[in-house]
Amino acid sequence: MRATAGLSVGGWPSLGRRGFEPWSLAAGMVATLVAAPIVLVALSLARPSVDVWRHLWETQLLALIGHTLALAAGVGLGVAVLGTGLAWLVTMYRFPGRGLFEWLLILPLAMPAYVIAFVFLALFDYAGPVQRAARAVTGGPVRGFPDIASYGGVVLVMTLVLYPYVYLLARAAFLEQSAATLEAARALGVARPTIFWRIALPLARPSIVAGVSLALMEALADFGTVAIFNYSTFTVAIYRVWFGLFNRHAATELASLLVLFTLGLYAAERALRGRARFHQRDSGVRPAPARRLTGARAAAATAGAALVVGVAFVLPVVRLLTWIPGGAAYDARYPHFLGNTLAVAALTAGVTLLAAVVVAYGLRLSRSSTVAVLARIAGMGYALPGSVIAVGVLALLAGLDRLLGRLSGGAIGLMVTGSVAGLVFAYAVRFLAVSFQTVDASLLKITPSMDMAARSLGVRPGGVLRRVHLPLLRRGLFTAALLVFVDVMKEMPATLLLRPLGYETLAVRVWQFTSESLWEAAALPALTIVAAGVLPLILLVRESARPLVGARDAA
Amino acid sequence: MRTLTTGGWALVLLVLMLGCPLALPTLGSAAGGGEVVVYSARIEQLIQPMFDAFTAKTGIKVKTFSASEAELFERLKAEEARTPADVLMTVDVGNLWLAQQAGLLQEFGSPVIEKNIPAHLRAKHNEWVGLSVRARTIAYSTERVKPGELSTYEALGDPRWRGRLGLRTSKKVYNQSMVATMIKTLGESRTEEVLRGWMANEPRIFSSDTKLLEAIAAGQCDVGLVNTYYLAQLKAKEPSLPVALFWPNQQDRGVHVNISGAGVTRYAKHRAEAIRLIEFLSLPETQNLYADVNYEYPANPHVKPNALLAGWGTFKADQVDVAAAGEYQAAAVKLMDRVGWK
Repeated sequence: MRATAGLSVGGWPSLGRRGFEPWSLAAGMVATLVAAPIVLVALSLARPSVDVWRHLWETQLLALIGHTLALAAGVGLGVAVLGTGLAWLVTMYRFPGRGLFEWLLILPLAMPAYVIAFVFLALFDYAGPVQRAARAVTGGPVRGFPDIASYGGVVLVMTLVLYPYVYLLARAAFLEQSAATLEAARALGVARPTIFWRIALPLARPSIVAGVSLALMEALADFGTVAIFNYSTFTVAIYRVWFGLFNRHAATELASLLVLFTLGLYAAERALRGRARFHQRDSGVRPAPARRLTGARAAAATAGAALVVGVAFVLPVVRLLTWIPGGAAYDARYPHFLGNTLAVAALTAGVTLLAAVVVAYGLRLSRSSTVAVLARIAGMGYALPGSVIAVGVLALLAGLDRLLGRLSGGAIGLMVTGSVAGLVFAYAVRFLAVSFQTVDASLLKITPSMDMAARSLGVRPGGVLRRVHLPLLRRGLFTAALLVFVDVMKEMPATLLLRPLGYETLAVRVWQFTSESLWEAAALPALTIVAAGVLPLILLVRESARPLVGARDAA
Repeated sequence: MRTLTTGGWALVLLVLMLGCPLALPTLGSAAGGGEVVVYSARIEQLIQPMFDAFTAKTGIKVKTFSASEAELFERLKAEEARTPADVLMTVDVGNLWLAQQAGLLQEFGSPVIEKNIPAHLRAKHNEWVGLSVRARTIAYSTERVKPGELSTYEALGDPRWRGRLGLRTSKKVYNQSMVATMIKTLGESRTEEVLRGWMANEPRIFSSDTKLLEAIAAGQCDVGLVNTYYLAQLKAKEPSLPVALFWPNQQDRGVHVNISGAGVTRYAKHRAEAIRLIEFLSLPETQNLYADVNYEYPANPHVKPNALLAGWGTFKADQVDVAAAGEYQAAAVKLMDRVGWK
């Protein structure tokens, strides 16, 4: 079939061989494996629980959809503006503290959303210290104090923890934009704001879109934050049907709607993008020079960046620190929990990165529509609540165990259920989107003519990947691995359901305490997660600030 | 062939990475006497002291796997006969009832349990056994409310509480259980009337009992419904907190109670040890420890509650079969959806 694909999907010339293509086969296999639990979830729609749907329709379905759309819109806009704006600020301008903010601004990513949510609720609700102080000053009730447990509060918290995805990817994109392009625009007399809107922003678009869609998927799948703020989204309804109505099947049906919703977002973005392609031939040869800000503008830039870092990172960290003395006593097993957390995060980061490269490269070579669809589905895991994914994975693992048990005549008990492999697989299903989006966005920026040049010199596809792409992709691969690493450390529901017996991680410790509202006791494990995430993130920023190959003279 | 190696290497690496963890030993499946595996929704901090006491007395080791009820249920169900779990432990009765309905628990006879735990706090054949009692009652501000203004759960629908009532989200199982037992006792339409009365007072909704109690103390609300141990936790830290408890419905059905409890799993590999553990937890000497560590009421009626709780006085508890909480939970959730309790 694909043999005829001289010009295929999206108007690219096919980069693969005619006929059988091992890369697209490998990509198809990996994507199928990852997509399997997601398909299992979606299949639940085949047997709809009519009574539950009718009940939801009569009581709250429209409100839930409205809330969910409003959340997506608010968080999408918030992270796009904050992430892109800050990235542009630190790459294109010089102001006091810029070098510091460049990496400080990434740190909120290390903060699990549920942690900042419970800290903010404790700080800003009526009984919290801020409003108490306000009442003490005025000597009476303070009117008009915004309610933190509200739509605005949820959007604020999610924007603050999720903007770094956009910041990170947009900043990398801006850094890759060569001075030559921007200087050409300057030479033609184009004003800086116009350069941003007409040149830099469109060129960075795949990266920004990748960042925003990651943020949106995480916002859709979030349960912790919305539960703490009592804001009813679709995910809340999923859990309500599952835990409240004891109807896991109907909950899964609801979850598959989230998959459809995400597919809709993709379709919308593709339609908006149209036939535009974003390749740069001189990627990162020489970064554009930054402009020095002075006076009030410099002060405003510093203050703005400081405000974001302060509210999203410093404030919650300080609050957690002050909670530690009143919380649970130090547990001698903490180094062990930390070790478990780091080990499983590193393993998952590696596995997921490899899977993402295989899928992205296989897709680039073949543009096979089957592989493309499978890859799309495989990337949906990030938009699904962790528990729903975990149940899909659990069903697969249990089935495999049943099979192994039968084949071995009962000699094998539980081989994969409750194994580290099962847990890593679940994480891979959940987080493939993170590494795939990052790798794919970087890969898209490498012009196909490079592949063709290499191929015409007789290099085979594997060689092109190794000798041409991987060196150019280094930054993207590093980003992908570290993002997954940090995400796995924060992950809670799949860890709770699928971890091996006796395998405790920091997130499990946080759950132990927060499930009984023991926030202070949760401070130490929560802070350890944050601390463990900060180091790789700093590495990430340092790495991405380094010029790519051949640019040493421009540093 | 050299150019093929990149793809080849990638494949080998992938297989290795996926395969390696498979080779890691799976813990907990080892059979053999002297141990019991507990799947527990009761957090480690609140259960480990009792397990340590059990091991000290019997020499039987206790391994725990903690997660929330729904996760434990799914895992237990998926593992079928291969499960390493011997005991399932939860902090509400609804999920024990559900596990029983799903055939995940087994019955057992035990004179010790029958002597220590009253019949309405356990399943008919001990498929699950209540081990502590959690009362959900009215908390009020001692600064703005006189106890004389309070009488029943139903009376919280009185217009005098308009804008003064605080409730926890209906997502929490404690509220679902409470409404479920009301449906059992009062019937669905009367319960709906009661709930509509509460909703008419435009209650402020909180995400936890602790937040609700803090709001009453700070003056955001005046009355609310909470589990007693959350107030005990706060009072233990700050004895002067201006919040007190009221025991409603003392002239009729009594205060709503839920249980935390445990059952022996259907495929328990260590059935005898599992029964022994549950029996041990029902003994008077353990009951104090079990309940006190979280300021709950002992399920064993011969055991006196902790001093702080004793100071709150005794109350008449609802004698309805707690299994109703599970049986009517789905109806309760739908009812709460209908009246708009968020």
